[in-house]
Amino acid sequence: MQIQPILAALRRHRLATLLIALEIALACAVLCNACFLIANRIALIHLDSGVDQSSLATVQLTGYEDNQANDLNARVLAGFRGIAGMQSVSVLNSIPFGARRGTAGMTLDQAGQKFGGVVEFYVGGPGSLEALGVKLVAGRGPQMDDFQAFTGLMPNNASVQITRTLANHLWPGADPLGKTFWLGDLQYRVVGVIDHLVRPDPGRWPGDSKDWSIFVPAQTGVFLSGSYLLRADPKDLPRVLREARDLVRKVAPDAVLDQDGSKTLDDLRTEGFQKDRAMIGMLVGVIVSLLLATALGIVGLASFWVQQRRRQIGIRRAIGATRRDILHYFQIENFLIVSGGIALGMLLAYALNLLLMQHYELPRLPLYYLPIAALVLWGLGQLAVLGPALRAAAVPPVVATRSV
Amino acid sequence: MFGYYLDLAFRSLKRNKVLTALMVIAIAVGIGASMTTLTVMRLLSGDPIPARSAHLFYAQIDPDPTPGDRKEPYDVIDYQSAVDLWSAHRADRQTLIIESPVRMRAPDVNLPAMMPAMASITADFFSMFDVPFQYGNGWTAEDDTKRAQVAVISADLNQKLFGGANSVGRTLRLRDTDVRIIGVLKPWRPSPLFYMVAGAHYANGDTADLYSKTEDIFTPFFTGLELNDGNFSQYTCWHLPDHPGHLRNSPCVWVRLWVQLGDSSKVVAYKQFLDGYAAQQKVLGRIVRPQNTRLRSLMQWLDYEGVVPSDVRLQTWLAFAFLAICLFNTIGLLLAKFLRRGGEIGVRRALGATRGAVFAQCLVEAGMVGLIGGIVGWLLTLAGLWLVRQQSVPYADLAHLDASMFLLTFALAIAASLLAGVLPALRASRLPLGLQLKTL
Repeated sequence: MQIQPILAALRRHRLATLLIALEIALACAVLCNACFLIANRIALIHLDSGVDQSSLATVQLTGYEDNQANDLNARVLAGFRGIAGMQSVSVLNSIPFGARRGTAGMTLDQAGQKFGGVVEFYVGGPGSLEALGVKLVAGRGPQMDDFQAFTGLMPNNASVQITRTLANHLWPGADPLGKTFWLGDLQYRVVGVIDHLVRPDPGRWPGDSKDWSIFVPAQTGVFLSGSYLLRADPKDLPRVLREARDLVRKVAPDAVLDQDGSKTLDDLRTEGFQKDRAMIGMLVGVIVSLLLATALGIVGLASFWVQQRRRQIGIRRAIGATRRDILHYFQIENFLIVSGGIALGMLLAYALNLLLMQHYELPRLPLYYLPIAALVLWGLGQLAVLGPALRAAAVPPVVATRSV
Repeated sequence: MFGYYLDLAFRSLKRNKVLTALMVIAIAVGIGASMTTLTVMRLLSGDPIPARSAHLFYAQIDPDPTPGDRKEPYDVIDYQSAVDLWSAHRADRQTLIIESPVRMRAPDVNLPAMMPAMASITADFFSMFDVPFQYGNGWTAEDDTKRAQVAVISADLNQKLFGGANSVGRTLRLRDTDVRIIGVLKPWRPSPLFYMVAGAHYANGDTADLYSKTEDIFTPFFTGLELNDGNFSQYTCWHLPDHPGHLRNSPCVWVRLWVQLGDSSKVVAYKQFLDGYAAQQKVLGRIVRPQNTRLRSLMQWLDYEGVVPSDVRLQTWLAFAFLAICLFNTIGLLLAKFLRRGGEIGVRRALGATRGAVFAQCLVEAGMVGLIGGIVGWLLTLAGLWLVRQQSVPYADLAHLDASMFLLTFALAIAASLLAGVLPALRASRLPLGLQLKTL
C-alpha cells in the first residue's frame, strides 16, 4: 500500500484532518496526565504506614480536667486490659491516620538557626511503640528508664527513635545514631532508627516528608492521656473496640468519647483517603468519556468520508483493487492522522505536566507513559475506523458505472 | 427568516439521527462535566458574605520577637496585641475570635456531655458578619467587659438539644460554668467559614475543612477565655508555652482580629494605626519587625490563603479540557453534516440564497444542537452535583445548582455549539456552487 495517494487525499481535507489530529493530541495530553495523577493517588492510598494497622484501633477521650488525667489513664488502661482478646493497651498522643497532636518544627542546633523540618512527634507511653509494630532497623528501641515523667507539652532530654527517611533528610549519608536535635529548648538524642512510621495526616505532606516521624517515649500523665492505642487480633478487633467504647461509660463516666475519632486504624485510613478515592473515580470517568468522545468523533468523520468517496472507491474496485486494499486504505489513513495527533499530543502532555508540577505537588511525568498512551490511541483509532472502513470495503465496483 | 431556519435545522437534525445524537451527547457530556465542577468551584471560591465583604478587613502584625528576616507575619496574632488593638476601638466595628472545644451539657436535657466547638468573640461579631438570628439577640459591648455568662447557639445545636424550640433563657453548662442562652441563630453557613480561615496556605491544597459548619456555641471573648482556660490550642509559638492550653500571656499566636472599615480613608487610617502600634511596641522591645503589618480585605485574605481545595481546581481544569475535546468532536461532526448536504446548499444558493443566509442557517442548526445538548447537559449537571453531595467532603451539602448557574448551563452550551459551528458553517457557505449542482 502506497502512502503517497493517502497523503494527497488528506491534503484535500486539511480541516477535518487537523480537527481529528488536534482532538487526538488533546486526548493524549489529558490521558497521560490523568493516568499519572491516578497512579500518584493510588500510590498515596497504598502507602506503607509502617504500622500493623489491621491489628490496631484507638479510643479518644476528651472533656476531663488536667487533675483527672492520671486517674483517667489508670482506670481506662486497667479497664481496657480486662477485655477478652485485647493484646495491649497503651497511650500515644498522635495516632497514624487519626489524631494529630505533635506536629512541630525542629532544629539541628540549640540556637534554633539550623531548621530541620516540620515533623510529627509521637509521644507514647510504655508499650506503644511495640504495639504499633514498627520495624527497628538500627540502634535500639525504648527501654524502661527512657519513659520519663514530664510537665510541659513534651519530655526533655529524651532518647528517641526516628524514621529512616527523616534520618536521611537530617543527616544525609551520616550515621544518625547518637545525633541530637532540638525542639525549642528541649533536646533529643537519636538512639534508634525505624523503617517507616507515617504521619497522622500523610495526604497533606509532599513526597518523603509523609514519613517524617519521631517516637518520644514518656510516662503517661497530664499531657499524655486520653488517646489510647488498642491492639488485638484483626479478627477480634471490631468486637474489642466496641467493648472498649462501651466500657468508657463505666470506667470514665465523666469523660466525653470522641465518636468520630475512636475507630480502627483501617477505618481511619479509609476515611482519610476518601477524597483521593473520589478523585480517582472522577479521573477514571474523565478518561473513559474522553476516549469514548474521541472514538465517536473518528467514527462520525470516517463515515462521512466513506460516503463522500463512494464513487472513487467504486472506481478503484472496478480497476482491480481488492476489498482488503480499500480496508487498508482507511486503516492507514486513520493511522497517519492519529500518529500526527500523538506527535503533537506528546509535546502537549509534557507541557501540561510542567504546568501541573508548578501548581500541584506532582513529580515529572515518567517517559514510559508516552508510548503507552500512543499505543492506546492507535488502538482506539483503529477500533473506531474499523466499522466505516468495512462499510467502505463493501462498496461494490458497480458504483463506478452509475452516474450517482 | 429565523423561524424558517429553525424549521430547516429541525428537519436536518431529524434526517440523520445518529449524527445528531453523537453531537448532542458530545456537547451534553462536556457541559455536564464542566458545569458540575464550575458550580463547585463557584461555591468554594465565591464571596461568603457579598453585602459586607468590601468593608471587612483582617488585621495582622508580627509579634514574634525572634530576630531574623520574615516576609509575612503569622496568620494570627498574640493575645496582648489582639486585645490592645481591639480595645482601642479604632474601626467602625471589630471583633476578636478564638476557638476551642468545650465540654457541654444542658442540665435539663437528658443527653450525655458533648464536646462542641466554641467560638469566643466580641459583641460586634454578629452585626459585622450579618449573622441571622432565629430567636433572641447577641450581647452588648458591656456584656463583653463585665464577662457576662451568656451564649448564642447555632440552629444545629438548638435542634439537637431543644428540638428547634425557642431556647432563649435556658441554661447550658460549659465545663464548670453555667451560661444563659440569649440567642439562637438561623441556619447560617458561610462558605468558606471565612472568619476562621488561617494557615490554609500550609495545607498543601487540602483545604476542604475550611468549608465546614460554624461553631455550635458563641460566647463573649473574655467569658470563654476564662471558662475554658487550659483548653486553647496555639497556631504556633516561638517558645514552648509554660502552661500548655493557657495561652493568655504565652509566647504564642492564636487570636484573630477582624475589623469593619466603612470607606477607603478609614482603611488608610487603620493601617496607620496598626503601623503606629507596631512601631510603639518595637520601642518597648516586644516586636522586632514593625514593618510586618497587614490589613487585607476579606477577599484578599481568602485569596492569599488559597482557600479553594487544589483537587477542586484540578477537577475544573480537567472538565474544561474535556469540554474542549468535545468541542473539537462537534466541529468535526458538524463539518461532516454540513458538507454532506452540499447538494441541498447548492440548490438554495442557486435559487438566490446569499452566502450569509447559508451561514446563518448552518449556525442556527448548530445552536439548536447546543440547545438540546444544554438540556441533556443540565440533567447531567444535576446528576454530577448529586454525586458531589454523596462524597464525604465538608461542603457536600452546599452543592446545588442555583438560578444563575442554571442559565449559565444553557448559555455555555449554546455558545460552545455556535463556536463549534462557525468553522463548518463558513466552509458550507463557501462551497463552489456549480460543482455541487453538477453532482446532483
